[in-house]
Amino acid sequence: MTFWDLFSLGFMQRALIAALLTGLAAPAIGTFLVQRRLALLGDGIGHVAVTGVAIGLLTGTSPTWTAVVVAVLGAVLMELIRERGHTNGDVALALLFYGGLAGGVLITGIAGEGAATLQAFLFGSLNAISVGDVWSTIVLTVVVLTVTLGLLPQLFAVASDPDFARVAGLRVRTYNLLIAVLAAVSITVAMRTVGLLLVSALMVVPVATSQQVARSFRTTLAGAMLVGCVAAVGGLVLSAALSFRVTVAPGPTIVLLALAMFTATWPLGVWLRRRSRLMAPFPEVTATPHRSTVEHPHEHGEACGHPAVPHGDHVDYVHDGHRHAVHGEHYDEH
Amino acid sequence: MTTSDPSAPVVLDQVSVPIGGRPVLRDVDLTVRSGEVVTLLGPNGSGKSTLVRAVTGLLPHTRGTVRLFGTPIEQFRDWPRLGFVPQRSSAAGGVPATVREVVASGRVGRRRLLRPSGAADRVAVESALEVVGLVDRASYGVSQLSGGQQQRVLIARALAGEPDLLVLDEPTAGVDLPNQQALADALGRLKARGATILLVAHEIGPMMPLIDRSVVMRDGRVAYDGPPLTQEVASHTHHAHDHPADGPGSHDHVPHVASPLDFERRNRS
Ligand SMILES: Nc1ncnc2c1ncn2[C@@H]1O[C@H](COP(=O)(O)OP(=O)(O)OP(=O)(O)O)[C@@H](O)[C@H]1O
Ligand SMILES: [Mg+2]
Ligand SMILES: [Zn+2]
Ligand SMILES: [Zn+2]
Ligand SMILES: [Zn+2]
Ligand SMILES: [Zn+2]
Repeated sequence: MTFWDLFSLGFMQRALIAALLTGLAAPAIGTFLVQRRLALLGDGIGHVAVTGVAIGLLTGTSPTWTAVVVAVLGAVLMELIRERGHTNGDVALALLFYGGLAGGVLITGIAGEGAATLQAFLFGSLNAISVGDVWSTIVLTVVVLTVTLGLLPQLFAVASDPDFARVAGLRVRTYNLLIAVLAAVSITVAMRTVGLLLVSALMVVPVATSQQVARSFRTTLAGAMLVGCVAAVGGLVLSAALSFRVTVAPGPTIVLLALAMFTATWPLGVWLRRRSRLMAPFPEVTATPHRSTVEHPHEHGEACGHPAVPHGDHVDYVHDGHRHAVHGEHYDEH
Repeated sequence: MTTSDPSAPVVLDQVSVPIGGRPVLRDVDLTVRSGEVVTLLGPNGSGKSTLVRAVTGLLPHTRGTVRLFGTPIEQFRDWPRLGFVPQRSSAAGGVPATVREVVASGRVGRRRLLRPSGAADRVAVESALEVVGLVDRASYGVSQLSGGQQQRVLIARALAGEPDLLVLDEPTAGVDLPNQQALADALGRLKARGATILLVAHEIGPMMPLIDRSVVMRDGRVAYDGPPLTQEVASHTHHAHDHPADGPGSHDHVPHVASPLDFERRNRS
């Protein structure tokens, strides 16, 4: 079997659909978490969802739906703890993380399932996705995307300034709970492909990547979804290609690909930020007293190599923290 | 002060607000009439922000009544009539956002769910940007702006909701003189349109000519309510009444109460 034959396999096609949807949903909700500076909330919910999966394995029901229920409960609990407490809330969240993971591993053991079964949920799996899973993934993704994109103005206002949003008449608490619930849902969506332990990376890394080049919230959101899709689908294909030689779960390859994209855009971001600073018009300053340079051996001109910035009726040459404008025989500091 | 107009934008009648069981605002009476610009002065910790948070419904009060436009705040639903500029919050969040996006979020109280923004929204956002003089920066990221400019973004966000009452908590803190002037101009234009403004300020500076009335807070009480004062005068205002029960230099106006627990116990007995 060659690499291309893979795409004709049913399980691979299902995995690709799931990866694509995950790549859309996780960064969409992740953008709001990053905006609220709750980048690690996804990690917490992911750990709690492990218990949900284990309950599904124990009771013989679909782990996807038990994971959704437990993750939503965990997310609501975390949101309530966060709302009440300050430093203690942090510790309470940590307790929930560890409790979720430990409970999950324990219950899986009781259910008589081996570590391998759980592994598929922790780090994703290529061939574990059934037709039913694909359908639940589609439904959940549609819900997540409709709500996040439809309520974008409200969610943005609440995430950027809760006090302001409350005075504007929004039910801030409801929206915060909504974000937590949506995060829980998209985590369960991502569970099959990236796995619960790495899912948070798919919520955060695409946003960080997109931030490097975007300046507005909307482009950050759109860019994050794009990066998420490329990373999820690309990572899945990569892990399938590698599986000819070694066994790799798709989760790690997806996350590493996302991180690679972040690393690749980082210099671009640095360059763009530098450029936008240089392109920005100088602030309107009221007439400063005349200041000429002390000594200036270099002669500025068309091709002197220094950035020439138009400034009113003349040109300033920018170098070494100075803005020099020609004034007769000398240069002025502008 | 007796309450004259019960349907004024802000009427506080004997309002007390505790935080964590400690009385922070005590028996505050305050009326802001329609079209008035009132400054709230007072030293740090005197309860200015607490008063503002009680007026905006962010903090519940335990005694007295807070009325907005004649409606008790518990029943008040017309929040878009109120614009709020919080104290010292940065305009930037964890994700980049442009000036226009942040200002547009001020429309959120007036927008219906699941509807795209309409022409009225865009007009309001543009005119808010114009009032604060940031039209040419509209597509900048807010984190690229200076602190004073970010403060103007937050004011524009409040203005975008087209409020009848604007409540600002120290919009001039850490803002240089030219920016304070720009702010004062913006508020002047609003006042000319008939807006009511309640402003907490440390430095009045260029806003002086706009102000109709000053209220000075001290230890959670209103110590002065009358013609405009500058901050320097305000800091030398003495209490309207003295408390013989207080020891010299004591600032706790609830005698013999050492802690909230004590206070509750006294209340019960
Ligand atoms: N979250 C809080 N928890 C406990 N006490 C608080 C809290 N917020 C305010 N206080 C107390 O309430 C009092 C009034 O605070 P407030 O913030 O209203 O002062 P302010 O007049 O706005 O001061 P500033 O000029 O520093 O802004 C202070 O003594 C403060 O200790
Ligand atoms: Mg304050
Ligand atoms: Zn040169
Ligand atoms: Zn110049
Ligand atoms: Zn030079
Ligand atoms: Zn010169």
